[in-house]
Amino acid sequence: MLKSDLAKVTCKVNGKEYSGLVEPRTLLVHFIRDELNLTGTHIGCDTGHCGACTIYMNGKTVKSCMVLAVQANGAELMTVEGLAEGDKLHPLQEAFWENHGLQCGYCTPGMLMSSLFLLERNPNPSEGEIRRAIEGNLCRCTGYVNIVKSVKAAAKKMNENSRTQKRTSK
Amino acid sequence: MYPKKFDYFLPGSLNEAIKLLHEREDSKVLAGGQSLLALMKLRLAAPAALVDITQVKDELSYIKKEKTHLAVGALTPHDHLEHNKVVGSLFPILVDAASKIGDQQIRNRGTVGGSCCHADPAADLPTAFLALDPKFVVRGTRGQRSIPSSDFFVDTFSTAVKKDEILTEIRIPYLPKRSGSAYIKHSRREGDFAIVGVGVALTVGPKNVCKDIRISLGAVAPTPIRAKSAEKHLKGKKLNEETIVASAEEANLEADPPSDMHGSREYRLEMIKVFTKRAVKLALSRV
Repeated sequence: MLKSDLAKVTCKVNGKEYSGLVEPRTLLVHFIRDELNLTGTHIGCDTGHCGACTIYMNGKTVKSCMVLAVQANGAELMTVEGLAEGDKLHPLQEAFWENHGLQCGYCTPGMLMSSLFLLERNPNPSEGEIRRAIEGNLCRCTGYVNIVKSVKAAAKKMNENSRTQKRTSK
Repeated sequence: MYPKKFDYFLPGSLNEAIKLLHEREDSKVLAGGQSLLALMKLRLAAPAALVDITQVKDELSYIKKEKTHLAVGALTPHDHLEHNKVVGSLFPILVDAASKIGDQQIRNRGTVGGSCCHADPAADLPTAFLALDPKFVVRGTRGQRSIPSSDFFVDTFSTAVKKDEILTEIRIPYLPKRSGSAYIKHSRREGDFAIVGVGVALTVGPKNVCKDIRISLGAVAPTPIRAKSAEKHLKGKKLNEETIVASAEEANLEADPPSDMHGSREYRLEMIKVFTKRAVKLALSRV
């Protein structure tokens, strides 16, 4: 139990443990950006509509402006910074790059998270399924056409990668 | 955008949570937070204390088949309801409704009980539930009680759940054989609240004669309501184009819709007819 004064939050973000002190009213997105300095997660609207702050929390996508930082105590989080391995981009990031899946890039971190959540559950999504998966992420530049194209291309890449992995492990 | 300051409590058990709600002035339950936190950020709500019940999640997140009913734990996320096979085969109406709530992120975090207790008249699940006539089980300092769905929704954002009570389970009675159910929603954009939402659960006998039907409407009154005139019109009659259209004409008799930026009162009154017709047909196709 804690009063309105500061509370300690310890959580794992992209595999690394972080802790910090927050007011109970601090939103998770502010904790991630301002305390942990992980500024890849964006704030677009602050009212839970735009999805730019989408991250993974315990294996599921959430809007980090719609979660209190104290609620992330003990949680495992993944932000957009957790996608690439060193200099090697995640296939989704590569696909967004190659297919011009972004213009200004503001919505991209959230788009990547929502797309990854879709592809984890459904490795071969239809266009309709892709559009439904990103309905909680607003883009104001490209009009979604290239984003959908990117997710399709990423699905193909990821399926090919897992096939090669299977072959080499045989 | 920050919420106003509040005290935060994270009880380890349901009883502890109930005790806190009882003791603390102006306290509110925080479940998935997908409505409450938004209201708090806009300063439309400013409770002095939040009692976060996510620690009791394992206790209250389940979908279980019981003898007479399907039991849905209050902290079951919308996403689980949408993808649960038992729910899909017994109550497709709930899959319809859960899949139309907000977006994937909201469905991951938002809970079935939270949506019902928030009681937004335009929300999808309350309307869908009303067509299934479930019992809402709440626990409080004076023990457990069960609230019939007809008494649960009291007014806009207001339910029969008392301040020191927590909704724990929704008990949905099984539908008889030869039943079908559906929920359809009219909204301008994906993820928006309904302009009109219609839920239908019906049971037919030989030759598609309607043995029982419940029609529920959302976004057209301070709470979700039943369209009793249209139900009465169809009971005992053969369900066909003619009777369905005729009953839909009466579907708006109990409605008292508001006019707002999403649609005028007159528009909503017309749309109730259109969407009732479609929902009854869809439910019938699933018998």
